[in-house]
Amino acid sequence: MARITIDRLRHSYVSQPGKPEDWALKEMSLEWEDGGAYALLGPSGCGKTTLLNLISGLLRPTEGRILFDERDVSSVSPEERNIAQVFQFPVIYDTMTVYDNLAFPLRNRGVAPSEIDRRVREIGEMLDLGGSLTNRASGLTADGKQKISLGRGLVRSDVNVIMFDEPLTVIDPHLKWVLRSKLKELHHRVRRTMIYVTHDQTEALTFADKVVVMNNGEVVQVGTPIELFERPAHTFVGHFIGSPGMNVLPVALENGGISFMGSRIDAIEAARVDAAGGGRLELGVRPEFVSFAGTGGLPVEIGKVTDAGRFRIVEARHQDHLIRVLVPEGQEVPTGSAALGFEPTHTHLYRDGWLVA
Amino acid sequence: MYKQVNQKAWLLVLPVVVLVAFNAIIPLMTVVNYSVQETFGDNVFFWAGVDWFQQILNSPRFHDALLRQLLFSAIILAIEVPLGLIIALAMPRKGIGVSICLILMALPLLIPWNVVGAMWNIFALPEIGLLGKGLNNLGFDYNYTRQPVTAWFTTVLMDVWHWTSLVVLLCYAGLVSIPDDYYRAAKIDGASAWAVFRYIQLPKLKRVLTIAVLLRFMDSFMIYTEVKVLTGGGPGNATTFLSIDLDKMALGQFDLGPAAAMSLIYFLIILLLSWLFYTLMMRNEAQ
Repeated sequence: MARITIDRLRHSYVSQPGKPEDWALKEMSLEWEDGGAYALLGPSGCGKTTLLNLISGLLRPTEGRILFDERDVSSVSPEERNIAQVFQFPVIYDTMTVYDNLAFPLRNRGVAPSEIDRRVREIGEMLDLGGSLTNRASGLTADGKQKISLGRGLVRSDVNVIMFDEPLTVIDPHLKWVLRSKLKELHHRVRRTMIYVTHDQTEALTFADKVVVMNNGEVVQVGTPIELFERPAHTFVGHFIGSPGMNVLPVALENGGISFMGSRIDAIEAARVDAAGGGRLELGVRPEFVSFAGTGGLPVEIGKVTDAGRFRIVEARHQDHLIRVLVPEGQEVPTGSAALGFEPTHTHLYRDGWLVA
Repeated sequence: MYKQVNQKAWLLVLPVVVLVAFNAIIPLMTVVNYSVQETFGDNVFFWAGVDWFQQILNSPRFHDALLRQLLFSAIILAIEVPLGLIIALAMPRKGIGVSICLILMALPLLIPWNVVGAMWNIFALPEIGLLGKGLNNLGFDYNYTRQPVTAWFTTVLMDVWHWTSLVVLLCYAGLVSIPDDYYRAAKIDGASAWAVFRYIQLPKLKRVLTIAVLLRFMDSFMIYTEVKVLTGGGPGNATTFLSIDLDKMALGQFDLGPAAAMSLIYFLIILLLSWLFYTLMMRNEAQ
């Protein structure tokens, strides 16, 4: 049970890091509240597993500190950090029964047998493994094995944080949903800090209260799922979260206004932008917040329309730029030429990728 | 509708039948032929029935050779399997050391068997060999050409030197195939080094260890060349294992009938043990 503080942490797998590319994890500072449900979201190779292994103690950071409450644990072993981790592929002890698997971490720590029995039965019940405690663990299906991995973390009542490294990779699609809701329910019951690493936005957004989005070894945004959706701090977040992702259009400051390929965009007031800032300016608006306007909107040609059930995704083109529009069920889609309007509160401006207004 | 009888298909399997016939069935049938007849040369044969089989099965000479053979296999298994496992566990997992160790380990396996016998024969000679002379200089009374105990010691040592590598390589391959996550999970669960071995490494190595035991048992049960060159079965009959005994009977005494009967019994013992191992292995798999 601890608050986890990451203080100016950097990590490199190269022995003498010099170039910026040498750093697998660029400098970052984060706070994880005790009992929170967090997700680390990012594409493969973005450094999220590195960060996870740094927190768990399987890796030593090159620079910076990791604090559990006030204690600096940067160079402390995983065992002493008192953390639990569920790996991508289920790790179970084949020759043991389910019961012995769950009891293993407690036995290694010399917990009294009566206490072990109580904890194992409680956790077995919680994970719906109560009926198979005496079975060989190797006979279980992948989701059962993954539950055991999780259970070995849960049996220890004093665990500081439970970490999940893409735990649903090998689970059948229809069981993924079941396990995901089970995990959410467990978090409500035990209120342990949980950190869930994934590249799947659905998993991250449904599990976590707060999502940390990473890209290229750095944290691009920390926020609730709604914040990530409504105010992406970086165009990467806009792309990566949401389906389809945010429309990002190159814009320029012209005649005291924002213009896109020569067309004036009224959704953003130019006054909110520092004209002297320089850099590459882009406008970001999610397809959910684009609608067909009457006259005065951005003129486009309507292209492909994809039916996604409750809404349709319309691909509109302005010159060579593609703008996706989400049209709710029952609303008509014009053909040929049309005009688009952007919802002002959800239209953002980015400079060199980062949100400015 | 009548079923078409098409015998032409036999032509297609003929090449294989001929091949198998020449390298297995015909030699084996020759042996069977010898085992039920008596011959004094000049292609004169007399029917002997199962006499030779009875004679072999009742002969103390065969019993002794069989016992020696079983004892030898038991000893080398008891040494090579644990030793191979320990060496494999101690070998490095990355870096330049891996290649060096693998090459060193593979070397004994690449040496022709009669060369192994010859090497150890000279190496262990009490007057000039490094091992023999060295042991005597250290005050041990060591002479493998005269003392049964030291002859056994040398034979076992030679086999351990020659074949432990095989167990090492099999175990090492098994060890490196264990995913890192198992070790990480064990670290997080607070497992001791012994617990990691007992609950992760040993269970994951079960399959390769079964194969290692099977191979080493079969090979040691049929050991011939190295012992033939090293001790020739001596001193006396001390290291006369089944294959050496068979060799003495067939090529030393030219007792073709009894030798053929013994060959078949030897063959059946190996077949039986192979089947036994195989069934045990398969039963483990099914569990």
